[in-house]
Amino acid sequence: MTAVSEALADAHRRDWAQVLATTAQVTRDLDLAEECTQDAYAQALSTWPRDGVPARPGAWLTRVARNRALDLVRREAALRRRLPLLVIPPAATPGDPWDDDRLRLIFTCCHPALSRDNQVALTARLVCGLSAAEVARAFLVSEPTMAARLTRAKRKIATARIPYAVPPPEALAERLEPVLEVVHLLFTTGHTAPVGPALLRTDLTAGAIHLARTLHLLMPAAAPVTALLALLLVNDARSAARTAPDGRLMLLPDQDRTLWNHTQIAEGVALLTDSLRRHPPSRFSVEAAIAAVHAESPSWERTDWDEIVRLYAVLARLTGNSPVVALNRAVALGFRDGPAAGLAALDLLTAEPALATYPYLAAARADFLRRLGRVDEADAGYEEALALTDNEVERQFLTSRLERRNSS
Amino acid sequence: MAKYTLLIYGDSARWEALTAEEREAHDAAHAEFRAAAGDRILGGQELEPSPNATTLRGSTTSDGPFLETKEALGGFYMIEAADLDEVLALAKLLPEVRAEHSGVEIRPVVDHP
Repeated sequence: MTAVSEALADAHRRDWAQVLATTAQVTRDLDLAEECTQDAYAQALSTWPRDGVPARPGAWLTRVARNRALDLVRREAALRRRLPLLVIPPAATPGDPWDDDRLRLIFTCCHPALSRDNQVALTARLVCGLSAAEVARAFLVSEPTMAARLTRAKRKIATARIPYAVPPPEALAERLEPVLEVVHLLFTTGHTAPVGPALLRTDLTAGAIHLARTLHLLMPAAAPVTALLALLLVNDARSAARTAPDGRLMLLPDQDRTLWNHTQIAEGVALLTDSLRRHPPSRFSVEAAIAAVHAESPSWERTDWDEIVRLYAVLARLTGNSPVVALNRAVALGFRDGPAAGLAALDLLTAEPALATYPYLAAARADFLRRLGRVDEADAGYEEALALTDNEVERQFLTSRLERRNSS
Repeated sequence: MAKYTLLIYGDSARWEALTAEEREAHDAAHAEFRAAAGDRILGGQELEPSPNATTLRGSTTSDGPFLETKEALGGFYMIEAADLDEVLALAKLLPEVRAEHSGVEIRPVVDHP
C-alpha cells in the first residue's frame, strides 16, 4: 500500500462518520450528506496523490464535503427537494461535548422507530462508511435489496421526522440499548462472516471497534459502552491466530497464543474491570469476562472451565435463558466434566427450534461424539453442520474432520 | 412543526368489558394526555365499535369494518409536534399503550402545500 492510499484508508475509517455527520447539518438531508461525503473521498483519491496528503485529512474532507453541500443546497434546493428536511433540534446545552455530531448520527441511525435490519444497514453505511454493496454482502441480501432498504430507512427518518439529535439523559439507557446491539451485530457479522471465502471481514470488525471506541470516548461514564468495547477488543485480539498461514480454521485449543494481541487483551481486561466496578453485570460484560478468561489463560489445558461454566450460568440468567448461551454452556461443561457430560447437555437442546438451523450445535455434538469414539454418529453431525454453513473457511474445517476419518 | 395521527387499536370486546372504575381510570389517563399535549392536539375522537361500521367497496355496501380483525381502530388523535420523539413522549401517556390487548400506531400526515 502506498502512503497516500494508506492515509486515505485511514481517513475513511477514522473520519467518515464525522464528515458525514457534519455535512448533514448543512444539507439537512442524509441522502445528500452521503453523496457529498462520497464525493469528498473521491476528490481526495484524485488530488492527494498529486498534491500530497493534507496535514489534517479529516478537516480537509469535511471542508470539501461541506462546500459541495452548500453548493448543491443553493443550486438544487428547489429541484430535488422531495422529502421533508431533517429535524435538527438545538442542543440542550450548547458547547456540551456530549452534543457531538457523530453521536447525533449514531442515535438517529439506531432510533427505535427503525427496524433492527434498517438500524444495522444505516449504521454500516452512514456511520462506518461501508458501500451499499459491502453492506449487502455482509448481510446476505442482493445489492438492489440493500439499496432499497437504505432508501426506505432514510425516507422514514425524513417523513416521520426522527430528530437528528442525541437523546436527553432520561431517555439514554433505553436509547443506548439498540446502539450497542447494532455495534455488536456489526462486529459478530465481521468476526465470522456468514458467507464467503474469508473467515473475517475486517471492514466490519474494525468499523465496529472504531464505533465502540468513539462511543466510549464520548460517553466514558456509560458502563454498558465500556463493557461492549472490552468484549470487542478481547475477541478481536485473537483474530491473527484464528486461521493458519494456509487459511485453515484454527480452533481455540490449536491456536498459537503468541499470535494473540496481548496489548489489546490487556486494554480490554482493564476496561472490563472498570465497567464491572461501576455497574452490575450486563450481557456484554459477562460475555467479555468469558472472553477474558480464555484470553488470559496461558494454555488450552489450563483453561479455568469452572469459572467459564459459572459465567455462562450468569449469562443465561441475564439473557432469559437464550438457547445459544445454553449451547455454549453445554460445550464448556463438556470440557470441564468430559465429553459424555457435554453431549448429555447438548442433547437437551436438539429439540430447540431456535437452534434448528444453527450449525454450531451439530458441530459441537459431532466433536463430543468423536471424542467418545462414536465416529459414525460424529460424521453425521459434521455432515449436518456442513449443510448449514456457508463460510468457506468453516466448510473446509468441517470437511477436513470428515476426510481425516475416511483416510485413516 | 409537523402533523401526526395517533391511531388507537385494540380489542373492542375488552374495551366494552371495562368496569366503571376501569373506565374512569381510562378516561382520566386520556385527560392527562390531553392536558400534557395542550394545544398541540388538533383533533381526535373515540369511535363506536367496529360492528357499527358500514363499508363501501365499488357498488357494494356492507355491514362492518373495512378489515375484519380482532384488534380494531377504536379512536384517534391528530396532533402537531416538532419531531417523532416529542410525539412518542406524549403517546406513551395513552392508557392503550400499557394495556396488553391494545397499542397506538403513529402515522405522519402528508403535508399538502
